[in-house]
Amino acid sequence: MGDKHILEIQDLHVYFRVYEGISYVIDGVSLYVGKGERVGLVGETGCGKTVTVKAVMGILKIPPATISSGEVYVDGRDILTMSPKELLQIKGTEISMIFQDPMSALNPVFTIGEQFYDVIRFSQQRFNDRENISRYRIRKKMITALEEVMLPDPVRIANSYPLELSGGMRQRVLIAMALVNNPKLLIADEPGTALDVTIQAQILDLMSKLVENKGISVLLITHNLGVIRETTERVYIMYGGQVVETAPTNILFDNPKHPYTQGLLSSVPRLTGSEFAEGIPGTIPDYIKAPSGCRFHPRCNYAMPICAQKKPPLTMIESGHYVACHFYAKPGGQDE
Amino acid sequence: MNNTLLSVENLVKYFPVRGGFLRRQIGKVRAVDGISFNVEESEICGLVGESGSGKSTVGKTLVRIYKPTGGAIWFKGRDVTKLTKENLGFFKKEVQMVFQDPKSSLNPRRSIKSTLEDPLIIHRIAQNRSERERIIGNLLQMVELSPTYMDKYPSALSGGQRQRVAIARALAVHPSFIVLDEPTSALDVSVQAKIIHLLRELQKEFHLSYLFISHDLSLMRTIAKRTAVMYLGRIYEIAPTQELFANPLHPYTRTLISSVPIVFKEEQQVKPMNQSRVGEIPSPVNPPSGCAFHPRCSLADEICTQKLPELVEVMPGHFVRCHHVSFNMPSVK
Repeated sequence: MGDKHILEIQDLHVYFRVYEGISYVIDGVSLYVGKGERVGLVGETGCGKTVTVKAVMGILKIPPATISSGEVYVDGRDILTMSPKELLQIKGTEISMIFQDPMSALNPVFTIGEQFYDVIRFSQQRFNDRENISRYRIRKKMITALEEVMLPDPVRIANSYPLELSGGMRQRVLIAMALVNNPKLLIADEPGTALDVTIQAQILDLMSKLVENKGISVLLITHNLGVIRETTERVYIMYGGQVVETAPTNILFDNPKHPYTQGLLSSVPRLTGSEFAEGIPGTIPDYIKAPSGCRFHPRCNYAMPICAQKKPPLTMIESGHYVACHFYAKPGGQDE
Repeated sequence: MNNTLLSVENLVKYFPVRGGFLRRQIGKVRAVDGISFNVEESEICGLVGESGSGKSTVGKTLVRIYKPTGGAIWFKGRDVTKLTKENLGFFKKEVQMVFQDPKSSLNPRRSIKSTLEDPLIIHRIAQNRSERERIIGNLLQMVELSPTYMDKYPSALSGGQRQRVAIARALAVHPSFIVLDEPTSALDVSVQAKIIHLLRELQKEFHLSYLFISHDLSLMRTIAKRTAVMYLGRIYEIAPTQELFANPLHPYTRTLISSVPIVFKEEQQVKPMNQSRVGEIPSPVNPPSGCAFHPRCSLADEICTQKLPELVEVMPGHFVRCHHVSFNMPSVK
């Protein structure tokens, strides 16, 4: 199962035991990333993007979290049933992750070179046990990796501490580290959001180019819709721990169907200066008392009685474009 | 040009860099290095730039959180930089500021009521407790919060609600000018949209003037009437917003606009094509000679490294600081 896909999540449910009760954060998320595909996962703060990804990387803290049901396949293997040792073999070599904040993702007391050494060494120990490559070869590999991300003077960078580098340079170092072991899947959690637009644009250009050359699949998690449009082929929109809409990126952005996606897109200020909507009424749900049925229904202008009773299934409305909304499931209820 | 509310003349703010023996001054951070602009009555004026360009320092100097190193700030006919502490009261009542991160700009140990009470007490706006409570209730209603929030603490509020409280605090003294320093950059887009609409409504209702500081160009395009582009402590281009986006002249402005990741197809027309977008902002301790943008600029030649260009009016209201614009005008789209 899932041979065509590098990552496949099926009906994932995650809850957290907190002081006030049980917080049902992830409510049946299914998604996949095809081989060589670049996929976006969009949602606002608190929609469960990061929890989903942490579950995939096996870095969700259990407890308080509990994965109550669901399956996560990486290259055909179910990682939720794996032993920690097996999981560790996959992390850092088959799946890599780039974190949001380049300031805190690097250890401040080691030089870039020392941290790089660990990353490369780690993968070596794992695979070709015999081939214990020399320090010199590791260093050479590192310099090549740093050159690939267009860092000037890689030797100097390797001998620097993170605080000697600018935010943009640190982000480049992290990309180099994530890609040095040629992973099959790269998970990028808000890359570049801590940086200026000019630097962010440079970083995204670079990442797209490298990923394309190496044929790496990408899952990009962000709340920045512009970044999604410019770097991904297909996109999932999350709200309240559920996937509410998915489609090829251009189709979804030009023709959003779910009321939440429509509200989200119309809130974005545009370079052309045309007017934007006054946001979406209400606030994100409290997961302890999560709304029944469709979790968006208390904020939705089109809510019907059924929305509070039954969770809408993802329904295909055109090729590749799926929406979880009762409004479209009903025959005859096409557009607004 | 009609009624000018605030006029900044050659404003300079340096921060000392200390070190060495007895922590002597060994250098200075040229955060703001001679900028001039006006803000008219009930105008929203924008200030964009990358982090490190000095835009927040301008905001903080305008409200006199920082004391300017040089230059003048004329407000309602008085030079604020010359006022003594005792006379500053009038200015502090007229000019307010809203900060970027509402999590850190509100005291977590004080209730909303206690936070909003302070300006009323300091500026002697209300005589007694019941009157203050009535005013605070009105203020909360103004920012579309229920008066029941009065007794809550910031930790019980969402990011958007906290920013509303921060706006209410600024409004408490009936200012005529508010500096908004990235008021929505910590918020989600759908929440940002609500706050922006609120700010606009308040601006219309009370004829406020804003200096809107942001790095988000799309947002600036929508909210500001006039926009200034800052780089390393200086203004490099200033124009009516519509004109600035339709016809960006400075290479830096073009780089900024072309870097914005766009969401909608129609935005593509606004983006300058084939704009190089290399390099990072240099340190303001040791800025490049001449035009500070020259190390990143594709048009740069010898004169750019030697001489700082003047801010020249190339079209009515459109000022640019670039050696190449007057001779080598990029094609107008």
